[in-house]
Amino acid sequence: MIASLIKKELLLEFRQKSTIGGVIVYVIGTIFVSALCFKGKLDKPTWNALFWVITLFTSVTISGKSFLKETGGQALFNFLHYSPTQFIVAKILYNMVFMLLLSFITFFFYAFFIKNEVENLSLFFIVLILASTGLAAILSLMSAIASKASGNFAIMSILSFPVLMPLILVVIRISKQAVDGIEWAAVGFSFIGILVALNVLTITLSFLLFPYLWRD
Amino acid sequence: MKHWYKILSVILILYTLVWGLLNPVPRLDILNETIRNVYYHVPIWFAMLFMMGVSLVQSIQTLTKNKLDNDTKAYNAALVGFFFSLPGLTTGSIWAKFTWGTWWTFQDPKLNGVAISILIYLAYFILRFSVDDELKRARISAVYNVFAFVMMNVFIMILPRLTDSLHPGNGGNPAFSKYDMDSNMRMVFYPAVIGWVLFSYWLFEIKNRISFIKIKLND
Repeated sequence: MIASLIKKELLLEFRQKSTIGGVIVYVIGTIFVSALCFKGKLDKPTWNALFWVITLFTSVTISGKSFLKETGGQALFNFLHYSPTQFIVAKILYNMVFMLLLSFITFFFYAFFIKNEVENLSLFFIVLILASTGLAAILSLMSAIASKASGNFAIMSILSFPVLMPLILVVIRISKQAVDGIEWAAVGFSFIGILVALNVLTITLSFLLFPYLWRD
Repeated sequence: MKHWYKILSVILILYTLVWGLLNPVPRLDILNETIRNVYYHVPIWFAMLFMMGVSLVQSIQTLTKNKLDNDTKAYNAALVGFFFSLPGLTTGSIWAKFTWGTWWTFQDPKLNGVAISILIYLAYFILRFSVDDELKRARISAVYNVFAFVMMNVFIMILPRLTDSLHPGNGGNPAFSKYDMDSNMRMVFYPAVIGWVLFSYWLFEIKNRISFIKIKLND
């Protein structure tokens, strides 16, 4: 059931080529504007912060529409055919993959247009994976709320930014270690532990709270 | 005697206002006499957190019982808690000016946490304004409130303990251990906490009565 839901999402996404293409152009545009504004004069902390700000804004913009298309007849169909838990698990899994893809694309173009400051790449990729999971869990629920609340775009950012802050701050801290090229022995594993705990917490909360948004 | 807590809160707050200024305090560097602010600044935050907790409980009840009354109460509790964050910020800001030498600093995780909490509750109010249907609003805002409360607590309770903070009792230490509060100060601090918490509950009850009267008038 969950697999078929994810398959449906993927089909919808790739049938409409404007969405996936739009995402890539959006990312390139944002990074290019930043590159022109900074003109390559970025030190490591700024590089790190700018990367996560771009990722944050892109993921909020992209996932805002994740539930927006599930209105009207589509919502009724979902309501009759799936259980809310299946639905949210599928959404989180799909968004997780999508966010991961998105953050890798962002990193690629960011490294290409600005520069690659990361010295411990494997740690950085672990951070990317964990951050994508957390973003997917939080933004799926926020998108579900925003789609019920008249569904305007501003409400999505207003709701998401404050609740994303704990995640983003922990992510930036570990990512800073990756950028500085700290060796594995000296990496602060307590922060990675916190990031994993935050992910488990947000996924559990989304899982528990989503059924209440299900019925209209 | 259902009014006991109102009387108790007034007595306790009056006592702490007067005795907080009169009683002897330890002489500490930099803090000096400003240490007395601990009687006003900290209890106000306790009152705010208490009200946010009440709001959380009411929101959970909204979800489980599906009643509009609980939703109104959750909104009122969040409103009162938000109201308490303003004097909490002001007293903190003034205190920071005289001890750390600045009105606001981004170096301190607690200050950032407070700013984020205020943003979270502003978002909660805006979410409520943007939904017209009452039952729908009750459910949606309750879901956001539960999620936001957990995130707020992650931010202000857990994250500050991992990093250095200008606030005492942080950086791995349990709260208050470095306050150097002697028994004289405890005699004022704990009554102040109880007094302000009871006072916030009183405000909450008044808000509820006003809301329910308004609802009755509209019907």
